[in-house]
Amino acid sequence: MPEIKLAENTIQLIIDICAEFENKESELINVLHKVQGKLGYLPAEVQEVIAKELKIGVARVYGVVTFYSFFTMIPQGEFPISICMGTACYVRGAEQVLAEFKRQLKVEVGESTGDGKFSINCLRCVGACGLAPVITVGGKVFGRVAPSQVKEIIEEYREGCVVDDPKTV
Amino acid sequence: MRIALRNCGLIDPEKIEEYIAEDGYFALGKCLTEFTREETIKEIKDSGLRGRGGGGFPTGLKWEITKNVEAGQKYVVCNADEGDPGAFMDRSILEGDPHSVIEAMAICGYCIGADTGLVYIRAEYPLAIERLKIAIKQAREFGLLGEGILGTNFNFDIELRYGAGAFVCGEETALIHSMEGLRGEPTVKPPFPSVSGYMGKPTNVNNVETFASVPVIINKGANWFNKIGTEKSKGTKVFALAGKINKVGLVEVPMGTTLREVIYDIGGGIVNGKEFKSVQTGGPSGGCLTKDFLDTPIDYDNLIAAGSMMGSGGMIVLDEDDCMVSIAKFYLEFTLEESCGKCTPCRIGNKRLFEILTKITEGNGVLEDIERLRVLSNVIKDTSLCGLGQSSPNPVLSTINNFEEEYRAHVVDGKCPAGQCKSLLRYDIVEDLCTGCTLCFRNCPVGAITGERREPHLIDQSLCIKCGVCFEKCKFNAITLI
Repeated sequence: MPEIKLAENTIQLIIDICAEFENKESELINVLHKVQGKLGYLPAEVQEVIAKELKIGVARVYGVVTFYSFFTMIPQGEFPISICMGTACYVRGAEQVLAEFKRQLKVEVGESTGDGKFSINCLRCVGACGLAPVITVGGKVFGRVAPSQVKEIIEEYREGCVVDDPKTV
Repeated sequence: MRIALRNCGLIDPEKIEEYIAEDGYFALGKCLTEFTREETIKEIKDSGLRGRGGGGFPTGLKWEITKNVEAGQKYVVCNADEGDPGAFMDRSILEGDPHSVIEAMAICGYCIGADTGLVYIRAEYPLAIERLKIAIKQAREFGLLGEGILGTNFNFDIELRYGAGAFVCGEETALIHSMEGLRGEPTVKPPFPSVSGYMGKPTNVNNVETFASVPVIINKGANWFNKIGTEKSKGTKVFALAGKINKVGLVEVPMGTTLREVIYDIGGGIVNGKEFKSVQTGGPSGGCLTKDFLDTPIDYDNLIAAGSMMGSGGMIVLDEDDCMVSIAKFYLEFTLEESCGKCTPCRIGNKRLFEILTKITEGNGVLEDIERLRVLSNVIKDTSLCGLGQSSPNPVLSTINNFEEEYRAHVVDGKCPAGQCKSLLRYDIVEDLCTGCTLCFRNCPVGAITGERREPHLIDQSLCIKCGVCFEKCKFNAITLI
């Protein structure tokens, strides 16, 4: 097993979360939810710490992380963009919206932009089918999105960054 | 008629007092003080209530089986893992009326002899989780959950368990494994969860909408409930109307209402006055029905006979612009992603189905492919381990059965009648109509259009990505779509 290269306080954070769930094997999914909530993603090193704390194999943890689409081993962008690919959104043109995001940001699904600002993901139904096609950026929901609005939405978030970093175009 | 959604939007879901004012927890009180466990189960059985999650198994019978298993510890599980794309009735109930689910779970616990309830809810529904937490806390404060409920010796409490985005976890054995912190893979039944479920103990799993109907049945009586609906499907069903329809949203109608009434009278017909083509019910496990079925009364058995299923109640309306082969492919793509991979027919069979469908939509299909799809679909149906695999070819079979001519158009004529399969499209400029205004030339994103001002333009087919911008921009209808 490779040496774990996590900051001390990160390791402590994971240990504390595991302890909160009494280091119970059956609480694995709850532990993963909480750790991902804090760290944003679940890289291999983090899974090793969890496995050690819950006294289970790393393969068990990895198996669960990769089984569920909610868990990710890749860091997300600062503004994660999720495009709903549920049926209602699909028939109302979600594919074209996705294509436009990919074109504008020049990344594929599951990737982040070079500057770490945006990442694109697809998800299956946020339960807002009445507003199809739907996308979410962070926690914000955009309904009835047309491909022509995509640029505007990206700009909106990018402009927010200009204030922090004048170098961003 | 609203039964499951009776309080949604009417009461403040964060105030238990408002639920109680609408006869809330009255049914629980009635069961605990007036009815024996057997009498309560009989009431549910007589009502004819069937599982609203899709399977349609008689709820009362399920409770009775779980009750009759001898065990010290039993569990009540509420399946709130609404993974079916296009359905959102469970979310609405949990967000709008969480107490009705809590009350029904307690009633179920009383009947089967369980003191613990678990709600398996999707992490994608943060608001529903929040409201459920508030509701559970309030119910504890009011002595409606916890020890010695309403002064009796009945103890019951509820915990939450979170899903993490896996469609297969709607299958009850997979759901139970997921709650145990494992990969959500299904296992062979029997043993049924009612005998050996969560942590190996007898477990009764019901869906949110099923639970939400229970308190009303107890309050108003089985004989009131079983007068609503059809012979074998009683009560009401909530449908999530979406797609190419004017009024989207949830509708609750008595079983036996026809599709026409739902789509035209309630849903206001098709967007932009286009022609109705098909309605997809039952999500990725269901099928597409044609206009011939518009006057079929909706119930569990009729939908299965028509080659679809009730499912959790998603109803997606499709119009003339939707290609049925693409729709089947869309659902297969979903199944592929969500198949847990445990059994071969589902893991590999669906992949092959998807490949054949892709071939057809890209214009490389041959006539034999249609028969191949049919044969393979039936094999997958017959041999898969769980409900996901057994129903995954339904979208393919139902579209082939109902829209075979459309498949034939793809493979024989090389055309997509709905104009959706891009590889089968071809944009051309009609020389006589083209004025050489250069509008298409300027708007083409890939520079596939050439030509001099005031001269007819030309599309280079090898560069064209078929985005349709030229078609939309042209003011002289000089661009044709073949």
